[in-house]
Amino acid sequence: MDASSTPQAQPAARGEAAPAPGIPKLLARNVDFYYGAKKALHGVSLDVPANKITALIGPSGCGKSTFLRTLNRMYETVPHARAEGDVRLDGEDILTMDVTALRRRVGMAFQRPNPFPKSIFDNIAYGLRVNGMHGNLKEAVEASLRRAAVWDEVKDSLHKSAYALSGGQQQRLCIARALAVNPEVLLLDEPCSALDPIATAKIEELLFVLKDSCTIVIVTHNMQQAARVSDQTGFFLLGKLIEVNDTRTIFKKPARQETEDYITGRFG
Amino acid sequence: MSFRDVWRKSVNIVMFSLTGLATLFTVGVLFFILGYLIWYGGSSINWNFFTKLPAPVGESGGGMANAIVGSGKLLLLAAVIGVPTGLLGGIYLAEFGGQTFSFLVRYTADLLNGVPSIVMGIFAYAVVVLPMHHGSAFAGGLALAVMLVPIVLRATEQFMRAVPVSLREGALALGASKWKTVATVVVPAGFRGIATGILLSLARVAGETAPLLFTAGGNQFWARGWDQPIASLPVMIYTYALSAYEDWHRQAWAAGLVLLAFVLIVTTGSRIILSLGFQSSRSQ
Repeated sequence: MDASSTPQAQPAARGEAAPAPGIPKLLARNVDFYYGAKKALHGVSLDVPANKITALIGPSGCGKSTFLRTLNRMYETVPHARAEGDVRLDGEDILTMDVTALRRRVGMAFQRPNPFPKSIFDNIAYGLRVNGMHGNLKEAVEASLRRAAVWDEVKDSLHKSAYALSGGQQQRLCIARALAVNPEVLLLDEPCSALDPIATAKIEELLFVLKDSCTIVIVTHNMQQAARVSDQTGFFLLGKLIEVNDTRTIFKKPARQETEDYITGRFG
Repeated sequence: MSFRDVWRKSVNIVMFSLTGLATLFTVGVLFFILGYLIWYGGSSINWNFFTKLPAPVGESGGGMANAIVGSGKLLLLAAVIGVPTGLLGGIYLAEFGGQTFSFLVRYTADLLNGVPSIVMGIFAYAVVVLPMHHGSAFAGGLALAVMLVPIVLRATEQFMRAVPVSLREGALALGASKWKTVATVVVPAGFRGIATGILLSLARVAGETAPLLFTAGGNQFWARGWDQPIASLPVMIYTYALSAYEDWHRQAWAAGLVLLAFVLIVTTGSRIILSLGFQSSRSQ
């Protein structure tokens, strides 16, 4: 598929509808990534379909987080880091787009929950205020907290510090915060690695519901999680995307030997 | 027990004792000074001290109201000039500075910190007092401000850097621009530390005498506005202590006590603020 010849997608409605069929929500072609002189990603090409969960798996240091951070240009905080290649959101080139507009459309939750030292309400409202979305803040905050399945637990303490919450609640708060600006894509960088199994299960449940209104890309160290949660899985190794396919196929009948070795635990 | 064990134990005891004694000495000196001040100056701390102007020589019953207010005015001016400069400079260093530039600025700030306060006084004398032909609150405030800047700058930079990168990333990932992230997330997060840095710097310059000798001068009466010589506690202590009058000596002790009390309150207060801040951010 040649990205430059496909027709422009309809602008996606807020956080919802997929672009015209045939164009993936996110598209990467031959992405190279450098930390200074060191090449961290080699020619990665991947389609991320809309309203599906794509999981990126692979051993430590394989480049999956680096690739994820290319999708919302978070690498720009690192000096001497640069991405080359073609990365498109609904057909628009990400690398030349206005970065704050990009990040409003492509949200992110991080490995360790990172709520701001503000109240729960102010945490969720932050994205709205910063992007000049002054509507009914109270309603928007409640809607996001409901979407992240944490409203019932915090509705009576919105003015309290976000740090008073448990780890799992904080992570759902961070997801709610990311959702508040209605992103079209949500990037999750090992969101459950710091959480206990119950909190992890709650987050996985909420991802199933979320994908109807959002496209999700999740990096995970936990293969079982990838198998449970995702529609499509990509396997990274040493900076290369070795294989990407339906999750069932990857885990039952991987095409590449390296994939099979990783999945069966021959290396980790 | 072998000789080795005996030796080790002895070294242990000796070092423990030495370090303990050194600590006791340090703490003891502070309490000694405090005790001295309370003993000699405590009796002169009365309503008159805080509300009356200095009495004519030989008469008793005067106070240091003008010096207390004068010190306050000088500190205020120093804060108004020095705090924003140090604060914004520290923010720049922590967030936007390149390697070489940051290093140079930091180095310069440290050098400035080390300049003797009397040299600061001469600087303000040459730059402000000479053209004006007399001392003034403005000159004194300026000298103190210049001393304030490097302290506030370094404290701000230090506490800004201590804010975890994860908080900045969280804000950037929501579509905030760099300066918005700094202003709405990083500075508020580091604010407690920065505030204590500012308070400590004020406590530090409140007692500086040498620069004020050349600049603010002294005044037996109320100083109006900012361009007249103004009384301050440290200079009063200097003047009174060197005088021949018993009453003035006692008042100098009292002034010393007031100054020390101010420093103690501010230092303790800022420690409390800082520890409160850490508690609320660590309860995860």
